[in-house]
Parts: sequence; structure tokens; C-alpha cells
Amino acid sequence: MSIKGKAYIAGIYEHPTRVALGKTLPQLHAELAKGVLADAGLSKNDVDAYYCAGDAPGMGGIDMIEYMGLKNIRQIDSTETGGSSYVLHVNHAAQAIAAGHCKVALVTLAGRPSADQKEQVQMRGGGESPPASGFEAPFRPSIVNMYAMCARRHMYEFGTTSEQLAWIKVAASHHAQYNEHALRREVVTVEDVINSPLIASPLHRYDCCVITDGGGAVLVVAPEIMKQLKRPAVKILGAGEASKHLMGGKVDLTFSGARWSGPKAFEEAGVTQKDIKYASIYDSFTITVLETLEDLGFCEVGKGGKFVSDGNLISGVGKLPFNTDGGGLCNNHPGNRGGMTKILEAVRQIRGEAHPKVQVPNCDIALAHGTGGLLGSRMGSGTVILGNQDS
Amino acid sequence: MSETKPKVRAPRVNHETKAFWDATAKGQLHVGKCDDCGEHYYYPRPLCPFCFSDKTRLALCTGKGTIYTFSVNEGREPYTIAYVTLDEGPTILTNIVECDFSKLAIGQKVKVVFYDTGAGNAVPMFTVA
Repeated sequence: MSIKGKAYIAGIYEHPTRVALGKTLPQLHAELAKGVLADAGLSKNDVDAYYCAGDAPGMGGIDMIEYMGLKNIRQIDSTETGGSSYVLHVNHAAQAIAAGHCKVALVTLAGRPSADQKEQVQMRGGGESPPASGFEAPFRPSIVNMYAMCARRHMYEFGTTSEQLAWIKVAASHHAQYNEHALRREVVTVEDVINSPLIASPLHRYDCCVITDGGGAVLVVAPEIMKQLKRPAVKILGAGEASKHLMGGKVDLTFSGARWSGPKAFEEAGVTQKDIKYASIYDSFTITVLETLEDLGFCEVGKGGKFVSDGNLISGVGKLPFNTDGGGLCNNHPGNRGGMTKILEAVRQIRGEAHPKVQVPNCDIALAHGTGGLLGSRMGSGTVILGNQDS
Repeated sequence: MSETKPKVRAPRVNHETKAFWDATAKGQLHVGKCDDCGEHYYYPRPLCPFCFSDKTRLALCTGKGTIYTFSVNEGREPYTIAYVTLDEGPTILTNIVECDFSKLAIGQKVKVVFYDTGAGNAVPMFTVA
């Protein structure tokens, strides 16, 4: 069963905070839920499905359902694939709505890594460690050096350069200057990026996303609900998800799970790369964007460096406007999970509610892509394609 | 930065991985080997990740390999993380040690060196061959 046209995104909300001192994690989730319901014009008791990932406190959604006092829940999904989770949630919510299991699905993401650090909050203990951890932890992998190894290999195989990667940050910064909530609003140059300190070679500080608190929420609703609402309809056209990993030791860090989640989404939506007017691409690091663009078929594999250069991702300048909110690289990467904010800006673009300086004209079809875990080694990928009412 | 000896963190060992880690105390590096499909794999585990057979065992490696990729973690005490492709086939996560990090390159030949953890085993790292 296809989800095409069977569900809509009726509400979005991005928490304005970037440092959530004095606010608890469940409070952030609840504020996001309230915000997204207000955006859609619905109330708490309309919600009959709840979706959250590992960032939510407690056990798999049930503690947040209790905290928020939701009482009409008929569908619960706590799929956890890191930062890509929320793209998968939208897909799962659309599937559940298409199958008639629910009509108003609430998805929330929240985090407060900055505030946790400032207030010295003890992190929650996780469950059992991943099975690979015994063979990885002794070597001190960090998020940055694991992504840096992908970049190094991509450079080796395809001649990609640090300057080309820098263009991705430059494009994001051009967009972030217009976003009053963005953590970093200054426009940077290619030179600024490659002259910023090396964190883990070959990645520099400006190749890395920001660390922020806050979060986001979306409401996925059935067509009959959408018809009753005043907000512009954003139709879910197709979605795909995948998990890519180390393949038992046949490691290839030059591509991502987008190579598998992308084609499924395009096929279901019945559109091609040429139809996409705007793309939200997960940008934990510049290399994440580059590999994802190749894997989604926006350019040939190995040609991503050339594709992103010279402002090709800048709205109003290039051929593929991306992350017009400033993305994770400049605006917001709440709770170290960027998939939610990717959906939010794609919805704004289709509604025509992006900042006027970055709004893509006649943005009828947009794509949002989420990446979770470690690029290439053990990751989740989620792709969703959205359209306006006429798409 | 040259001649940097990284701090050695002891691995978490469980029932599945005890034989692998016990052998490291004797300076032996193993990968998983499936006797049904013939694949070498890493990390070792009882069921083959290629064919799901349980006819698996540890296979002793020569300890020789090639750098697949690497990253130098900058900071007060720089260290190098890498994926090394063993001559036996699998590519494994490790550190590159005891060499000039600024001269490292993908494709370089490396050999294993073991670092004692003080917990009855040793961690397999690599240096330039």
C-alpha cells in the first residue's frame, strides 16, 4: 500500500530556544506538542497517535503520553534510528493513517545537550551497549573522527577537496543570516571554513554542526482532517528508509543509506530529482550533505564536490536550494538530532512560509532527508518527499 | 606529532568475545571465519553475518594490512583513528601509533602492535610496516 496522498503534514513547530536553561526535557516535548497543535489549529484531545525516539524521557512514548495527558492514543511508535528517526516517524504515521489506524499523529523531538552540560546534569544510562562497542571503544571513536574518516576516503577515491566541502557551510550560512533564531547568523567564506581549527582531520570546526537545545514537532493527519483546517496542505508523496552498516567488514565509507532510501521515496512519489525544488539534507557535517546528495541522485557519485561548489546550494543563486533555515550547520541541531528540523523547513518551503529572502518560488515539491548514527558505519536513513495540494 | 603512545582503554568483554580478547594477550589477532560460506568477517560473532551459519570460528591473522582511511584527532594529545583492511579481507577499526601522523596516507602498509590493557588482554593497534 502506498502512502501517496493518504496523509498530510498539518502542523509544524520549532522551539525558539537554543539553550534551554531552566526547562526540563519533558517540558520541552510538551511545549513542542502545544506549539504544533496551535500551528495546525487542533487540540490535545484530537491526537490519537504519538511518535517519539530515544530523546524522549522514559519508556517508548508512554511516559510522555502520561506527562502530556494524552488520552485518545490508538497508535504508538518509538522507532529509534538517531537523528533520522523523525523522518521515519512521518513515514510510519502516514502508513498508519493510510491503513485507518489513526487520524492525527503527533511527533516530537527535544533535547538539551548545552543546558545539560552547563547544569552538569547526569546523562541517562542507556541499555546494553551496541554489540560492536567492545571492538570500537578502545580506539576512542568520536562523532567527528568517524565522519572525518568518511570525508578522507571520499577525497581519496574522488578527489573531493576541503574547499568543496566548505561550500556547503558557506551556503548554509547565507541562509542562516535571515533566521532570527539561528545560533550562528554570520555569513562565512570558503577561506573562513578551511582556516577554522582542525577538529579531526580533514574536518574543520566549521565542517561541524552546532550543538543546540530545543526541538521540533510535526502533526501528520488524515486527508479528511486536513480539509477542516485553515493551514496550507502539505501532502506526503512518498518515503523510504534504510540502514547501512559495516557489512561484516566489507567497509565502504563513501556512500550512505540514502542510496537505498532515496529511490524508494522517489518511486513512491512518482517524481524525479528534477522535480525537487528544495531539499532539506541532513547536515551533521559537510561530508554528510555531500555523500547524501550523491546518493539521492542529485549528481553523479563522486561529483558531489563539484555539485556543491560556487553557491549551487544557495537559494536564489544555485540549482538546488538546501537547508534554507541555516540547517544544522548554522541554525539548529536540537539534541544532536537534525532530522526533525529538516522536515520543518521543507514544510515551510511548500507552504511558502520560509523567510522571503530564501523562499523558493513556486515550491510545489520538496525533499527532506535524515541521517542517524554514524555515516557509512552504522546508520539509519530516511527520505520523505512532500508536495503542495496540487502535486 | 610523532611517537605518541595512546592511552589504552580496556575493551568490554563478554561470552561472545572472550576467546578473541584472551588471544590478544598472546599477541594474536583473529577475525571471524565461516566454514559454510567461507567469508572472513569482523568483528567475530557466533552467527555468520553473511549467511547466518553457526559453523564459525576464529581465524588467526598475519597482522598485516593497509590503511583504508584515517583521521587525526587534534587536541592536547593527538591520536589517529583508522580503518585498516587486513590482508585476510575484513576492514577493522583501530588506531595508528608509533609514527609521524603527518606522513600517513591511505593505501599505506601497516602491521599490528598490541597494547596491554592491564586487564588480561591487549588492544590491537597498527603502525607503519
